[in-house]
Amino acid sequence: MAPSKTDNAVLQARSISKAFGGIQALNDVSLEICAGKVNAIVGENGAGKSTLMKILSGMYTEYEGQIVLDGRTVAFANPAEAQDSGIAMIHQELNLIPHLSVAENVFLGREFVSRMGLIDYRAMHNETTRILKRLDLDIDPRVAVSGLRVGQQQVVEIAHALSLDACIVIMDEPTSAISDHEIEILFGLIRSLTARGVAVVYITHKLDELFQIADTVAVLRDGSVVGSGPIEEVTQDDIVRMMVGRDMKDFFVKADVATAQVVFAVSDICLVDPARGADYVVDHVSFEVKAGEVLGLFGLMGAGRTELLETVFGLHPNHSSGDIFLDGRQIEIDSPIDAISSGVGFVTEDRKAEGLILEMSVAANISLAGLAQTERFKLLSSRLENRLAADHVKRLGIKTPSVKQIVENLSGGNQQKVVIAKWLATDPRVLLLDEPTRGIDINAKNEIYKLVSELAGAGLSIVMVSCELPEIMAICDRVIVLSEGRQTAEFTSSQATQELIMKAAIPQGQGSLNYWDKEC
Amino acid sequence: MLKLNDHKSLLVKFQSLLALLLMVVIFSSCAEGFFSTDNFWLVLTQVSVNMCLSVGMTLVILTGGIDLSVGSVLALSGAVMAGLLKNGLELPAFNLFVGVTALGAILTGLLVGSFLGFFNGLMIAFLRIPPFVATLAMMTIARGLTQLWTGGAAITGLGEVFGYVGTDRFAGVPVRVWTCAVMVGIAILVLKKTRFGRYVYAVGGNERAARFSGLNVNRIKLRVYTIAGALSAVGGLIVTSKLDSATPVAGDGYELDSIAAVVIGGTSLSGGKGSVLGTVLGVLIIGVLNSGLIILSVPPFWQKVIKGCVILLAVAIDKLNTKEQ
Repeated sequence: MAPSKTDNAVLQARSISKAFGGIQALNDVSLEICAGKVNAIVGENGAGKSTLMKILSGMYTEYEGQIVLDGRTVAFANPAEAQDSGIAMIHQELNLIPHLSVAENVFLGREFVSRMGLIDYRAMHNETTRILKRLDLDIDPRVAVSGLRVGQQQVVEIAHALSLDACIVIMDEPTSAISDHEIEILFGLIRSLTARGVAVVYITHKLDELFQIADTVAVLRDGSVVGSGPIEEVTQDDIVRMMVGRDMKDFFVKADVATAQVVFAVSDICLVDPARGADYVVDHVSFEVKAGEVLGLFGLMGAGRTELLETVFGLHPNHSSGDIFLDGRQIEIDSPIDAISSGVGFVTEDRKAEGLILEMSVAANISLAGLAQTERFKLLSSRLENRLAADHVKRLGIKTPSVKQIVENLSGGNQQKVVIAKWLATDPRVLLLDEPTRGIDINAKNEIYKLVSELAGAGLSIVMVSCELPEIMAICDRVIVLSEGRQTAEFTSSQATQELIMKAAIPQGQGSLNYWDKEC
Repeated sequence: MLKLNDHKSLLVKFQSLLALLLMVVIFSSCAEGFFSTDNFWLVLTQVSVNMCLSVGMTLVILTGGIDLSVGSVLALSGAVMAGLLKNGLELPAFNLFVGVTALGAILTGLLVGSFLGFFNGLMIAFLRIPPFVATLAMMTIARGLTQLWTGGAAITGLGEVFGYVGTDRFAGVPVRVWTCAVMVGIAILVLKKTRFGRYVYAVGGNERAARFSGLNVNRIKLRVYTIAGALSAVGGLIVTSKLDSATPVAGDGYELDSIAAVVIGGTSLSGGKGSVLGTVLGVLIIGVLNSGLIILSVPPFWQKVIKGCVILLAVAIDKLNTKEQ
């Protein structure tokens, strides 16, 4: 599929590149957005979709390359400038202020003001009603946004975009949190937008939707456009192949050390989101891990990967059910305290928010979860603590000038190793890893892979969540695929191919749920 | 050889100490009688109450919380001690009268303070009421209870034994100073050398990460507020014993002096960072400032203005320093 030239391109991205630290998020991306069309952009998590959209909507101001809007090169200094130029972005986590009214949200920052300098609510309400009518939403512009359903809130965001007279509307995974019926309404809205000449940029990973609504599609992979063109010219299989087709040779491959002895097993794990009633976030998932085995959990956004690990670790005791077994004996895990005393460790996805106390030293972080072992006569011994930390710093190859260094000053990869060290210091049987290589550079990634493999070699059972397919393929002995909270497939490393895994991961029905999971 | 940066970080580390020394030097040179043995002990005894409150406040603020009720808890604990000692406990339902010794009265008062702190902790840890609100409510409740217990009038004439803590000396040092020195010593040991102390910092530094690391965050908070309540009661003991009287307005506004001392001592209001030693310096800075301004006969209203400015200055310098780093 060759990039096709079109005459009615309102916006062109020319050779856009952007790097974060050592990681190339976008690499020479060129793209055309056409007026009156739904321009879909698809790609794996982490393929660079969000980064590209953040550049187009003025949130990232530093990048290489050019953005050409209506034939003029533009460089937005902030999102407000992009809005003024007619680019509106509808975020996945809707950017509304919950306790303000619909009208106040639609006209936030551009309120109608009377001659007295007071807000002219009547005019604002009338105008909002007019816009909402165009969108087929019959709600009172005076009600607070927090009282609306997610689908209705989305329409309010679209109303906001319309009130800006936007000529380009970017929608980031707009169907991830709304019902089938609301998706129908949304699609109707999108068609009416394009009929009036608005260019819609539609980001998704749900391929069935793509064929319903998109006019053109561009596939991103590892920060590059790997294919683009009219939707009629491709099949779903083509797109899956383009999304995953990466060479595996560069990646670390784990040695096979798994034994037959099952160490850790969970069965029928369920989690409901109290905010969403009876919907399952994790829906009857079961798995087991053997000694020395690395079990991969793969899923796209909204699959419930993180929630599954959190549930197993005892973080949602009131909303979950299921049985957990260690060495064949059933155990109760109702809190992280239970989990740790049972020998389960959890390296969380967000190391800064959940893994580390950033202002504390390397030693204090490493000893935190197993602090009792550094006690002598009920008092902390800094000698024991420093020795414990030094041992782990050495074992994991953490680069730090001393164990007294404040963890905040370490690089991302070394911070991640400190989190892993914290759990190893509790002498675990099972280690849950949630996106352990997220946001760290390629060398650090390789070191983490090696480490995971060594830990498994030492007999640890490891469950690793990742949304990077090559990573899953390289390290895991077995892979379980999750889609919308359900277990959809299981492969051994010899059976698994990227296409098979991706196929199992893509939601089949519509109306997926989940705004808990973060994009990675 | 020290580099410029090292000098700077040393300066930052000891800025409270330098400020204290600077103030002592300035007041010594211009306030007659400031630099004397008498005034030395006077300042130390005057700060003893705030020292007790501020040690508790430091623990609370290190977890990222705040305790506005310390002044009222001080008043109620002191009033309970005084009332029990003076009037005993009448239980008409059982036709019983219980006389209470000084020691019994003190222990009961400490228990009352601890319980009020414990109640604060329950509200904050388990009902998730923001510390500001929970302790604000307790501030009002404890003040009201004090007025009920005392009938709105001071309870005086508590006897010599009870007066020991507030007026006597032990080994040449006022018992009040001993008392708060012991509190400070224990607090430093606990924070630096026990698991609980480490967990206090962890909860304040990143509550989520602390929970994920298997810390019982609720229990830690519960303990911290209980300790703050108990230390307020110790403050109540010192005040009541010193004045030989428990008044319903005792400790009014003390929470503000205590928060000021903690903040001047470099403890971050967002939690996770700070030390008892810093707080000790903060308490002394406020005490020295009070003493110096009084000796210089600065009008009381101006004293307040100056104190407020010192607090602002201390925190502004701290902010500027952390920004640079």
